[in-house]
Amino acid sequence: MSKTYYDPADLRKFGKITEWSEELGNKFFDYYGKVFEEGALTAREKSLIALAVAHTEQCPYCIDAYTKDTLQRGVTKEEMMEAIHVGAAIKSGATLVHGVQMMNKVNKLDG
Amino acid sequence: MATKSLHKLGSDLAQSNKQLEILSNGIFKNGELPTFKDKISETNQFPLKAKKLEILQINVGYMCNQVCDHCHVDAGPDRKEIMTRETMQQCLEVIRNSGAHTLDLTGGAPEMNPDFRWFVEEAAKVGIKDFIVRSNLTIIRANKKYHDLPEFFKRHNVHVVSSMPHWTRGKTDKQRGDGVFDKSIKALQDLNAIGYGMPDSDLRLDLVYNPSGAFLPGDQTSMEKDFKKALLEDFGIQFHNLFAITNLPIARFLDYLIASDNYEDYMYSLVEAYNPAAVTNVMCTNTLSISWDGYLFDCDFNQMLELPVNSKSKHISEFNEKLLEGRNIVISQHCYGCTAGAGSSCQGSVA
Repeated sequence: MSKTYYDPADLRKFGKITEWSEELGNKFFDYYGKVFEEGALTAREKSLIALAVAHTEQCPYCIDAYTKDTLQRGVTKEEMMEAIHVGAAIKSGATLVHGVQMMNKVNKLDG
Repeated sequence: MATKSLHKLGSDLAQSNKQLEILSNGIFKNGELPTFKDKISETNQFPLKAKKLEILQINVGYMCNQVCDHCHVDAGPDRKEIMTRETMQQCLEVIRNSGAHTLDLTGGAPEMNPDFRWFVEEAAKVGIKDFIVRSNLTIIRANKKYHDLPEFFKRHNVHVVSSMPHWTRGKTDKQRGDGVFDKSIKALQDLNAIGYGMPDSDLRLDLVYNPSGAFLPGDQTSMEKDFKKALLEDFGIQFHNLFAITNLPIARFLDYLIASDNYEDYMYSLVEAYNPAAVTNVMCTNTLSISWDGYLFDCDFNQMLELPVNSKSKHISEFNEKLLEGRNIVISQHCYGCTAGAGSSCQGSVA
């Protein structure tokens, strides 16, 4: 077994997941590929969304992959960082908005 | 940012045999990745054969006013290899008699060859269909003696192809040196002012984009759209087409890949993006590259790796189009750079 949970080289092996479940794996990759095609959103916009989500999901493989992908699409580092802030803002907002639940509970228990 | 060529620095990687060794060993020798020969054999495309000659690309010297980080030529002010007028005369003879429809002058900065203008004037008289000069743009602003180059190009109906790594200052200067972006913008405005790159203008101005780091170029059409929008909005600049070119793992780019620990990942990216359809149209099949000293190569990259054509006709002085047609193209693992994704050539994507 690997001594670390994450190995950057494992990203290259992602495609191998089909080996243990061909049909589901292929369906996933077909869907994945389709999602990132140019559509109502450009492939560039999708790549930036993916980069932000990669960070909120804290997926090291996705961060490597979409940092490279956005660079390939000519995205600047300023745009990349702003996208990550969008993700971070939603993450922190999602934490803080639960503060209302806490306040409701306090008011009920100790109001 | 580099200030001297690998040659001047006495780097191991200045030697083509060292580069070829790296490209043949490691992940390719231990079978982790297939060699280019094995890969194209899978689709019965080995040996890769030259078709009819369409493009003559002449490298008139490795001297350049810039020392770009990723230059496959390892060009710079310290490079002294310059084509002589005698070799140019031999090239003119070939241009007159060959079936090629495109003449493509490159370097270094071709304008720095002392006989550049003479050569352009003579070559323009032949009436070749597409006459390209690869100008790095900053040369036009580098010295007063070059300020009139746009007019000179126009006079001889030269098709200008220029490198522009990005539409932002930061990314451009990182790759090509401080101040390159501003000078390039000014040069593009000068070219626009006399009609180059304008919609419906016959004065062709195309830009070349190659990535600023260890990643592949994005889709050429999307990149062109982004470049056009940004350059027009920010600087009022127009151009015709963008050629997205993949950095090949040779010379200074190979040096960079190794120094930044990106070499293996980059080769993986190239091999993963391998596209057999790109092999069909790869530029070595319709192009001949001529070096400053008159030797013949399948492409400018093979020229830098000192891999001469596999033909009895090896030098411009003994040029024989019939002998060269159908020759086996000389390949190594750097060729993956031209077959990744939509493919890459000096004219951009090929698939």
